[in-house]
Amino acid sequence: MSKDIKISAKGVDVFYGDTHAIKNVNVDIEDKAVTAFIGPSGCGKSTFLRCINRMNDTIDICRVTGDILLENEDIYAKSVDPVQLRARVGMVFQKPNPFPKSIYDNVAYGPTIHGLAKNKSELDEIVEQSLRRAAIWDEVKDRLHQPGTGLSGGQQQRLCIGRAIATAPEVLLMDEPCSALDPIATAQVEELIDELRASYTVVIVTHSMQQAARVSQKTAFFHLGEVVEYGDTDKIFTNPEDSRTESYITGRIG
Amino acid sequence: MLTLTFFAVLALALAFFLAGRSRALSIVGGEVRNLHSRPNFHGTLALLLSAISGITVLLLVGMLWSAWIESSLLAQISASHPDLSAIEAELVLSDAYAIANSGIASKTDELRIAMSQQVTRTSALHQWGTIAAALIATLMAGAWALGKISPDWRARNRSETIIRRILMLTAVIAVLTTVGIVMSLIFETINFFNNIDWQIHKFLFGTTWSPLSGVQAGKLDPDKVGAIPLFAGTLMITVIAMLVAVPIGLLSAVYLSDFASPKLRAWAKPMLELLAGIPTVVYGFFAAITLAPFIRNSGESIGLTIASESALAAGIVMGIMIIPFISSLSDDVINAVPQSLRDGSYGLGATKAETIRQVVLPAALPGIVSAVLLGISRAVGETMIVVMAAGQGANLTANPLEAVTTVTVQIVMLITGDTEASTAAGPAFTLGFTLFCVTLLMNIAAQRVVRKYRELYD
Repeated sequence: MSKDIKISAKGVDVFYGDTHAIKNVNVDIEDKAVTAFIGPSGCGKSTFLRCINRMNDTIDICRVTGDILLENEDIYAKSVDPVQLRARVGMVFQKPNPFPKSIYDNVAYGPTIHGLAKNKSELDEIVEQSLRRAAIWDEVKDRLHQPGTGLSGGQQQRLCIGRAIATAPEVLLMDEPCSALDPIATAQVEELIDELRASYTVVIVTHSMQQAARVSQKTAFFHLGEVVEYGDTDKIFTNPEDSRTESYITGRIG
Repeated sequence: MLTLTFFAVLALALAFFLAGRSRALSIVGGEVRNLHSRPNFHGTLALLLSAISGITVLLLVGMLWSAWIESSLLAQISASHPDLSAIEAELVLSDAYAIANSGIASKTDELRIAMSQQVTRTSALHQWGTIAAALIATLMAGAWALGKISPDWRARNRSETIIRRILMLTAVIAVLTTVGIVMSLIFETINFFNNIDWQIHKFLFGTTWSPLSGVQAGKLDPDKVGAIPLFAGTLMITVIAMLVAVPIGLLSAVYLSDFASPKLRAWAKPMLELLAGIPTVVYGFFAAITLAPFIRNSGESIGLTIASESALAAGIVMGIMIIPFISSLSDDVINAVPQSLRDGSYGLGATKAETIRQVVLPAALPGIVSAVLLGISRAVGETMIVVMAAGQGANLTANPLEAVTTVTVQIVMLITGDTEASTAAGPAFTLGFTLFCVTLLMNIAAQRVVRKYRELYD
């Protein structure tokens, strides 16, 4: 089955100062699907993920060349405002990073700054919907006005996912979202990712091969700044074409 | 001589250290494992015991003996001249000491010369006696320590106990000094309130401050010690200072931490902190000579009459002085806000301004509040700038263009004035105590806030 292409990267190179972190990456990411980036630490998968919503702009020495197209529009074009781009391409980080505000304010932050709600009741509605979709509503509905930093690690991460959803992005980037979580919280987040696939394009960086196999439809294997192999998850894990991919997924390099 | 003795005691103690160490080694024939304590500890114990006994004897014998000499000389004076009062007898004695040490005496007569000869005789004996006692004590303690050395002798535990006590002693000295200062403040405050017949409300709420004009036979007039004008002046200048320092300090901290390039930050921050190194007296004459005339002239050009000394000038300069405190501390706490929070906000499509205003500043708020509180306690306690630029008249006014005075300035006026110290000290110490209470409360509040802040991120 052939799906629409949401994001298309063509010949992307990234430099940190003199370090060549990403080398000539070409990846087409499908709409309404989960794409996983796997590979050993330091191989550039997080760096590439951060290119998709221009988070690397905040790092002075970082330089990106090549084209990344979001719905056929170059996101590095001069006319694109990174602030607007990030509203369309949301991000969930490795470590849960709730703001030191109440749970409610954490979720309401994005919709408020983007003016997504006309009044208080609409905002309440957005907050509830986002928390429900992040599968955390039942746990926090009675303490919406307590600080988000008081939640457990898994709850904090789901809160951060809810916060990202509340801004109504088209693409959700997740940078090792489960690396700080225990197996139960991980299972909850994975289930959530599977549900999010219906409405969003999800790109997830993970160190866990099992996780990539469980949640994704497409997988890209990064090694030393290059995409070694990119294709259907089933194929990558059962019948990889490149010997390096096979070595990695069987645990021989990494 | 006594200083030399002190060093002699230390040298002896050092010799005992070396002797103790080698004796411990030789007792076990070089087999250190057979010793309970390593040779260095045996040496240390000998050093500590000999040095402590020597110095203690030096101080104790020296002081007790000279006190004894003095009292016996005084007894002689009053026996031969019963008509002299106690104070006069002491004067004779101090003159005798002066003559004996070829200093300048108030008067030279037969009695004084006779006494000075006595002083010369006894002081030589006193000096040599003290030195001998100190050296003997050192040698005895050292020898005892050396004699005790055996494989089972617990020199380590003993020397560690002694060192622990010395550490405790230094801590106690620091604490006792603080307690002593506070106690003297409290006693003088009580004295002062006694002096005004416990009409504390007249001090706290009275509006006329002129304490020395109402003195009669050492008694203060309770109606003239109203400190409200001073509190009001302090408050006004502090408010003006904070109005200058908080916006400039905070905004410059935001600029330095989130907008400035690393290069700019590398030289701008030290430059800003340089402001904190300028002596306040320099700020004071800057305020008095440069800023105050400028304010007066610019006021006149728009038809305002402004005193040449004004709360405004003092407050503005004090604010400039406090800027580095606020900006530097705020910059530190703003930098301490984790990058992950900023990333989280940027990742939601927030602009830099939104991120700083809604995420970074609220997260750093506790630290900023404590920086502001520390700035306020600086402003409340500041003296030099106000003495020079705000005036000395205790006006009760709400107009920042007039001269006002502050608590600290009045303390300076009272203590440096030519009024008898016992009268002036009362109001001065009471003001000092009030100031102490205020700054103490501020510091406690600031520390509380800082602690709360730490709990949030650790």
